[in-house]
Amino acid sequence: MRRALVLVAFLALLLTGCGAGADGPDDGVVRLRFQSLAWQKESVDVNRQLVKEWNAAHPGIRVEYVQGSWDSVHDQLLTSFEGGEAPDIIHDASDDLADFAYGGYLADLRPLLSERLLADIPARSWETTTFGEGVHGVPFLQEPRVIIANRRILESSGVRVPTPEHPWTWTEFRGIAQDLTRTMGPGRHAVAWPLKEPVSVSLNLGLSAGGRLFHRGEDGRVTVDLTEADTVVPGTIRDLVVTDRTAPRTTLGSGGSDTLPGFFAGKYAMVPLGFAYRQQIAQQAPEGFEWTVLPAPAGAAGLAQGVSPQTLSIAEASPHKKEAAAFLDFFLRPENMVRLALGDWMLPTGTTALADPSLHTARHGWATGAAVARQLRPAPAQSVRGYPEWKDKVATPAFQEYYSGAIDAGELRRRLVTDGNRVLARYQRK
Amino acid sequence: MSALKASGPARIGQYLALLAYLVFLAFPFLWLVSTAFKPAPELASLHPTWIPEDPTAANFRQAFDEQPLLRAAGNSLVAAVAAAVIAVAVATPLAYVTARHRGRLASAATGWVVISQAFPFVLVIIPLFLILKNLHLVNSVAGLVMVYVVWSLPFALWMLMGYVRAVPAELEEAAAVDGAGRIRTLVSVTAPLLGPGIVATALFAFVTAWNEFFFALVLLKSPEKQTLPVVLTHFLGAEGVADLGPLAAAAFLATLPSLVVFAVLQRRITGGTLAGAVKS
Repeated sequence: MRRALVLVAFLALLLTGCGAGADGPDDGVVRLRFQSLAWQKESVDVNRQLVKEWNAAHPGIRVEYVQGSWDSVHDQLLTSFEGGEAPDIIHDASDDLADFAYGGYLADLRPLLSERLLADIPARSWETTTFGEGVHGVPFLQEPRVIIANRRILESSGVRVPTPEHPWTWTEFRGIAQDLTRTMGPGRHAVAWPLKEPVSVSLNLGLSAGGRLFHRGEDGRVTVDLTEADTVVPGTIRDLVVTDRTAPRTTLGSGGSDTLPGFFAGKYAMVPLGFAYRQQIAQQAPEGFEWTVLPAPAGAAGLAQGVSPQTLSIAEASPHKKEAAAFLDFFLRPENMVRLALGDWMLPTGTTALADPSLHTARHGWATGAAVARQLRPAPAQSVRGYPEWKDKVATPAFQEYYSGAIDAGELRRRLVTDGNRVLARYQRK
Repeated sequence: MSALKASGPARIGQYLALLAYLVFLAFPFLWLVSTAFKPAPELASLHPTWIPEDPTAANFRQAFDEQPLLRAAGNSLVAAVAAAVIAVAVATPLAYVTARHRGRLASAATGWVVISQAFPFVLVIIPLFLILKNLHLVNSVAGLVMVYVVWSLPFALWMLMGYVRAVPAELEEAAAVDGAGRIRTLVSVTAPLLGPGIVATALFAFVTAWNEFFFALVLLKSPEKQTLPVVLTHFLGAEGVADLGPLAAAAFLATLPSLVVFAVLQRRITGGTLAGAVKS
């Protein structure tokens, strides 16, 4: 009996220490929860420091920093919105916002944001967070896809090194990959394509050749069509892997990080990666390893490529939208945007921040990224309802099979267009 | 007895199969340990080694510097211990009644228990969130414990029912004949024989709660209340990029409590089973 009493007392003790958190004392201070997805140390430090600076300067509006995770943000936000417990300020990516914006969970920011911020970020970036009539997020960081190359292999092979002013064309890229593979010898390849997420790579780089895949009709309905321009980039990648064998089949299912050991060992001369991967390369590259950042190949539309910028939104249910918008205005001042960009190894969307000299140095390829920034466009699927299902059920397996040589262009077209339009139609019934 | 003995080659085969199974089970853990002690350049080596060439504790230092691992571990421990104790306290009498008094109600109850195991997380999470919100239990470890208890209860009940059925009813009848009342019989005869089952069930509930991620992610808003699995995801970036060294270091530390609890309780499971075998 005594044991049972001890047990009950122990449990009571455990649980009394775990009571529900109150919303804060009634002291007239506005409390905002800011859920950030920053995860690398440098980036987390900058975010925390900015929150600290805000709190020091604004004792009446206190921001609490909460760290979320990219890995689970969609499910977590969805549940929080449904339960009315979402953070006031939400960090996410523009391609994850459509359902939340159309669902009425995110505030329209147009009446809340300052003229300065609205004018500082270019219209093409605002397009990424415009859903229907409203703007539901501030796009603030973005990353183009670039080619990270082994400088020694590239220079010793004698091939022309591209610049943002004189990039390779897709045709030239294919030829150079053949030259490099020949120079490098057996068992080595000019380029490794990490295509674990083949859809975003294909669509975003596809813009350079004038591809767009999604077409909006006069009635507002979106359909998929695979034009000749849409096939340039996927066709080139397939040729590299299947026809020329200048890119290994083995990395097709890999993530970007998985290709780095082979890249450092000189097995691959080039790896197309997101701009932020430079941080990982800088940290992990063996001593003496020399690398350089090249622009992705250009097509009929130049260096254009699609991006889904990181965004900051305000929850529609937040009782303190004005205060949250004031925090965003502070957080995204040009000098702060530069700090955030450097911390995340990404590019700011703001034109003033982008002009900062620290983002135009040759070191770690910042200048190449900054030069490409002007060409970045909203990712083609940005506001398409039903895109996540089309991507997961139709496009991802179709592209994977196409790149590995299991299906041909005709079958790819049938799946993306015929099967894909069936999926999209379900989301657009009126 | 001799019929049960395997021949030499068969016995060797059995040991080889067992060894292969153990290697299969141990591989991820050993790889995790190895990764936790590797410096960044070794993590990106084309020819990774089992034993770090230049072992370092830097990943552990970085993991502790960047994330509040101890606080998160404390939260996880509170949630897991409370969930295990409550689940066992509720499931034990329930299992006894359901196993001993078979009838339509008991069959329906056990049927429902089996069906409830099929519900996916996503189906229950939003209604559950709303219920807890109305009870003011969102953002509280108490609310999380309640969820863990409910979540582990069906399987705990199922496990314990098996143990109760394994205790011969004749023992209870003999105790009754000797003059023991119902409570006395349960406490002095049945409960000790159920010991291994209770320990195994508690272990199951503890490990389930210790490792659980999604409910904790959704229910706990404040950083100071987050549990270890949630904090571990802070080492993950977008598109599967991870801070591998600190992640491995933190994940290795996160597995230790489960191993310790299992090591401590394992003897009780085995010992209790043998004690029961002798009595029956």
